[in-house]
Amino acid sequence: MPQALADGLLTGAIYALGAIGLTLTMGILRFANFAHAEMMTWGAYMALGVLTVFSLPSAPLGPLTFGWPLIGATVIAILLTIGLALLIDKLIFARLRGRVNHLTLVFASFGVALLVRNLISLIFGGEATYYTNTLQMAIRIAPGLRVMPDQVFIFCLSIVLVIAIHLFLQKTRLGLAMRAVSESPTLAEINGISLSRVVKWVWIIGGALAAIAGVLYGVSVQLRPEFGFQLLLPLFAAAIIGGVGNVVGAVLGGFFIGIVESMSVLVIPAGYKLAMPFIVMLLVLYVRPTGLFSGTSGGK
Amino acid sequence: MVGIALYIVFFLTVVSIYAIIVMGLNLQWGYTGLFNAGVVGFFAIGAYGTAILSGPDNVRLIGGFELPYFIGVIGGILIAAAAGLIVALATLKLREEYLAIATFGISISIQLVALNFASLTGGANGLVGLPRPFYQFFTEPSVYSVFFLCLVLVFAAVVYVALERAVRSPWGRVLRAIREDVTAARSLGKNPTMIRLQSFVLGSAIMGLAGGLYVGFIGFVSPIDFLPILTFQIWAMLIVGGSGNNRGAVLGCLIVWGLWTASGYVISNLVPPGFQSRAGALQAMLIGSVIVLTLLFRPRGLIGEEDVISTHAGASATPALQADAAEKG
Repeated sequence: MPQALADGLLTGAIYALGAIGLTLTMGILRFANFAHAEMMTWGAYMALGVLTVFSLPSAPLGPLTFGWPLIGATVIAILLTIGLALLIDKLIFARLRGRVNHLTLVFASFGVALLVRNLISLIFGGEATYYTNTLQMAIRIAPGLRVMPDQVFIFCLSIVLVIAIHLFLQKTRLGLAMRAVSESPTLAEINGISLSRVVKWVWIIGGALAAIAGVLYGVSVQLRPEFGFQLLLPLFAAAIIGGVGNVVGAVLGGFFIGIVESMSVLVIPAGYKLAMPFIVMLLVLYVRPTGLFSGTSGGK
Repeated sequence: MVGIALYIVFFLTVVSIYAIIVMGLNLQWGYTGLFNAGVVGFFAIGAYGTAILSGPDNVRLIGGFELPYFIGVIGGILIAAAAGLIVALATLKLREEYLAIATFGISISIQLVALNFASLTGGANGLVGLPRPFYQFFTEPSVYSVFFLCLVLVFAAVVYVALERAVRSPWGRVLRAIREDVTAARSLGKNPTMIRLQSFVLGSAIMGLAGGLYVGFIGFVSPIDFLPILTFQIWAMLIVGGSGNNRGAVLGCLIVWGLWTASGYVISNLVPPGFQSRAGALQAMLIGSVIVLTLLFRPRGLIGEEDVISTHAGASATPALQADAAEKG
């Protein structure tokens, strides 16, 4: 039981990072971006690519399985993911935005997801890989509760990032502009907020967090070209139950989904774990469509 | 020569079954503007429903009720419709993309059930030895293949004619009215949620029918036949042909499946064995590119939706309206 809770919190931390970017695109750009999870895959594989191209050693830091090389590679991966997000927006989404029914954007993102995922398989092959082959021993911190040092690191980093994003949205002018656009694009524009600047920053923040979440997933689980696709449902569920556009809600939603998923294994066969986010989301939509922590533009 | 002829029969049977799915999707997206991101899920439900109801008795399985094939197909259709109803009821009153997310969720969940609920679905091995309609009347398998193609074509034609009538009926006009302007439709006393619900459930049922026919065609089901890529392929077929037009849906099906088969043939013959999986990625990218490029450069597809002009408009008004429609198109 405590072990399932701890595992759930860890998975939840990664979901939370991914869900922030997703809830921002749904709240501010107003479309469900099916390609968001592929940004995570892209970021994770770009970090792997940097490590491979420069054949960097894993050089572990203390008890962790990774060290400065992976951290450096992650920084480059973040830049490459932001680059890809901005490129896709410029080539595809910007051309469709405002011109067509907004569901067409959802549709386009669906096609983009397939393209990005298979581009990754084409470059890196379809097999599962790891950043390092170092094995890590779990530390026993309480009876029946073991965690890996990597997991502690991932959890702490996620919390720091979530707090940073929250402060950014609440305390800076740009954050205020983003919240304003999320509530009403027209009113925001009347007040002199540049929509294109806000759109750009949504991609930058979403892309950066997705890349970090992807690398962290790669560190704690493994890298496979389909992992983003499999994370898409938990991320959507986190964003929806947190209330679309609500960053704190998405984070809590991410943790909630992570914990429910990992606790569910105690009651149902493990094979169905991946369906839990869908069931939770459907229940929330039936009972409280605006999400548990009502968002800016959730529900109707 | 016979080999090629049989291959063409096989190809056309697959195309006809997929064409039925594309027409179901066309009702949902083309005429009503509902985004179904889990097409393959409804197709799989129809197939597994038919297989479980009509399959041979097996002590290790819950299913195998040995019902007549067509009763099984009807059962599959009803289960697919019920699945459509569940997601539609949860999401239709909410933001439009919630339906997309929920349908995506149901297709993932169906895949999990197909793989893991082995006592119902046979797990990774699937269900085998399923009945094929009227098979006992044929001695030659090749003659049966031709017969089955004709059977599927009849079903496809019935779906086509029924949908053409439906979308030209007052009900069909309301569908498009809702797609274009919900507020206006509501102000005329129409109930958008109810009409959308009907359209979505009917579309899901049509996909379920295609699933049932697929079972009759191959005689077994397994999770391999219902991979997520199929959803993307069906969408590519619809958008290439032109959504909002059933002829376009069928044409797109023929083109995209032809493209997919041809690219698969080229890859399996030209690419060295070690690189087949990467070449498969290239094939999927082809489908992704077709979707994105069509949306960007030819959003109406090859045929596109017909411009409808009110039959009440007088002779003098018609040319002006036509010119107006041509400008917009």
